[in-house]
Amino acid sequence: MIRPDLNNLTNPDNLQMSQLSTAVPNTDFTETGSQLWLALYRLFQRDLRIALRRRSDAAAVLFFFVISSSLFPLGIGAEPQLLRAIAPGVLWVTALLSCMLSLGRLFAADNADGTLEQLLISPQPLVLIVLVKTIAHWVISGLPLVLIAPLIGLQFNMPAQELAILALSLLLGTPALSLVGSVGAALTLGVRGGGVLVALLVLPLYVPVLVFGAGAVTASASGMGADAGLSLLGATLLISTVFAPYAAAAALRISME
Amino acid sequence: MGNMLEAINLQCTRGERLLFKDVSFALHGGDLLHLNGANGSGKTSLLRTLCGLSRLQGGSILWRGENIQDLREDYCAQVVYIGHQAGVKDDLTTTENLCFSSALAGVPISQDQANAALSMVGLEDYVDRPARALSQGQKRRVALARLWVSRSPLWILDEPFTALDKKASALLKERIESFLAGIGMVILTTHQEIDINARSIQHVRLDA
Amino acid sequence: MQTTVNEPATDNRRINWLKYASPQTFYPLAGKMIPWFSWAAVVLTAIGLYISFFLAPTDAQQGEGYRIIFLHVPTAWLSMFLYVLMAVYAGLGLTLNTRLSYMMATAIAPTGALFTFLALVTGSFWGKPMWGVWWVWDARLTSELLLLFLYIGYISLQSSIDDVQRANRSSAVFALVGVINIPVIYFSVRWWNTLHQGASVSMTKSPSMAATMLIGMLVMALGLWMYSIAVILMRARSVILEQERRSEWVNSIEERA
Repeated sequence: MIRPDLNNLTNPDNLQMSQLSTAVPNTDFTETGSQLWLALYRLFQRDLRIALRRRSDAAAVLFFFVISSSLFPLGIGAEPQLLRAIAPGVLWVTALLSCMLSLGRLFAADNADGTLEQLLISPQPLVLIVLVKTIAHWVISGLPLVLIAPLIGLQFNMPAQELAILALSLLLGTPALSLVGSVGAALTLGVRGGGVLVALLVLPLYVPVLVFGAGAVTASASGMGADAGLSLLGATLLISTVFAPYAAAAALRISME
Repeated sequence: MGNMLEAINLQCTRGERLLFKDVSFALHGGDLLHLNGANGSGKTSLLRTLCGLSRLQGGSILWRGENIQDLREDYCAQVVYIGHQAGVKDDLTTTENLCFSSALAGVPISQDQANAALSMVGLEDYVDRPARALSQGQKRRVALARLWVSRSPLWILDEPFTALDKKASALLKERIESFLAGIGMVILTTHQEIDINARSIQHVRLDA
Repeated sequence: MQTTVNEPATDNRRINWLKYASPQTFYPLAGKMIPWFSWAAVVLTAIGLYISFFLAPTDAQQGEGYRIIFLHVPTAWLSMFLYVLMAVYAGLGLTLNTRLSYMMATAIAPTGALFTFLALVTGSFWGKPMWGVWWVWDARLTSELLLLFLYIGYISLQSSIDDVQRANRSSAVFALVGVINIPVIYFSVRWWNTLHQGASVSMTKSPSMAATMLIGMLVMALGLWMYSIAVILMRARSVILEQERRSEWVNSIEERA
């Protein structure tokens, strides 16, 4: 049995037909560990590339965050002391709702054009694929929130130190929201009434992250120190990173059967 | 040499209807299996079950004697599945799409190799163009281009000749034939007459 | 069917549990059990009500109105117990792939949601005379509220998916994710409570219980549990009828009726 020559395939100078896989198929598939990392990197790169070419999707999430947080002073009153008091909660809740809205883009697009199917039957472990997609999704939808939030915080009259804690809490919290949300997105794939249903499933699960995150900022504002809240956030993030991809992968397989 | 792929007593129920049961077959290197049946008889369900996408509802599928549910990703590495959906991202170019599909399958290729494969399916004019500009049939051809760069020994193709013109059909037929000659295995469904030269051709018919 | 000469005699003392894992054999069994549990429920609840209204002493601070705690605490206990039970059946369904497990989980959910709602309402009625407010954001009540959302999420997810198999499995995954999150949610809400010390009302600090009160609550809990078993069995029977409606044995029942 002739093994196809691995080296030739990656040589860009050779354009001949023989370089394509007309050679004998490789039935003796040995472990290609390095291919795993390359495949995952390409997946990450692909998702980012698509998001860059469709900037409006990510921008819409960001605009929702900005607009909805502006609604609160309009609804409650713009007195500076009041705004400062409600700022951590308002900003955290609107960030959370923005994350939740963006979940629709995690798997739905891939499901529609058949790419998700291919991801499910690829040689790469689905758990890692889901993790990479969620990280890419956070970079596109969550990270901009972390960067914009301090600016909105200024509108709410928050002092500098609180702004820093706010940004840090969002930096730790929004990835956890994306991870937990990925389970909800996977469960509701292709289901009618998807957007509201995802909210119903995911919001109760979001409560701990909200409490720890907003609590960290509030505690720092009242002088109690943000350490407790931030550590709890970090722990939640770690646990989500370890467990959420498994649940989401299982949910994806169930949804795609 | 033992069986490479063995399906034993497969069955499928969709909703309340039993689509098929007691479907069994065995494939060796060089075999072509033609899956036949009326529309809605469960051909696509059977193919998806063979890939591991749909759950087994009865019976078992063995690859080299081992259950594919135990092999998981190792089995997936052996299979190329091209179904009804093209699996092509509109926002990427044809070349990027093919490079990604190949990297995902564990076989990274260069841009030039991707372009060479695309020209094999008659898309040389669409190289490096966004896939959004392509028709549905052309997108399917981008998917089929994977067959020229894949290393997997088993191809599962759901109506591959649909939306191909005569020239592309001939190229695909030729590719399948050389693959089979090199002891690859192909399972396919098609409405057209099977005109492919193969060492052995099996026919499985799904009847309600 | 031929029996071989060497077939051992069946051990009549051991109950073949697996036999009851089939909806067909479970259906008549459940039918026989329902009257027993219904009567037990009536008796125990009557005793419990007697204890709570006549035997338990009047509380010095809270007067007669506190007696609603005899309904509030048992319903809260049951709401949590039923969720865990539902998650256990969900887990059994996913691992053993038995249809009946999924049917039981489906049957439990509405009763669990009802008890959660009752716990919230009775908690509200308890708080009003004492503290003058209709709702108290203390740790336990807030956790109950989130538990209600988890129940609603489970029920909504299941009813939104048309394919029965997928509906069962997806909601089972959600139930498991929920049950793991409940301690986290409860902990986070407790932590949140300690942050905002302003609320001096708390239901977690229950009045020191006379033994009679505790016995009364236990009896009520037992009575409500009997009730819920009876109702769940009834609901399970109708779920079985609906999901197995194409099978022969169901049609033969309907012919006899």
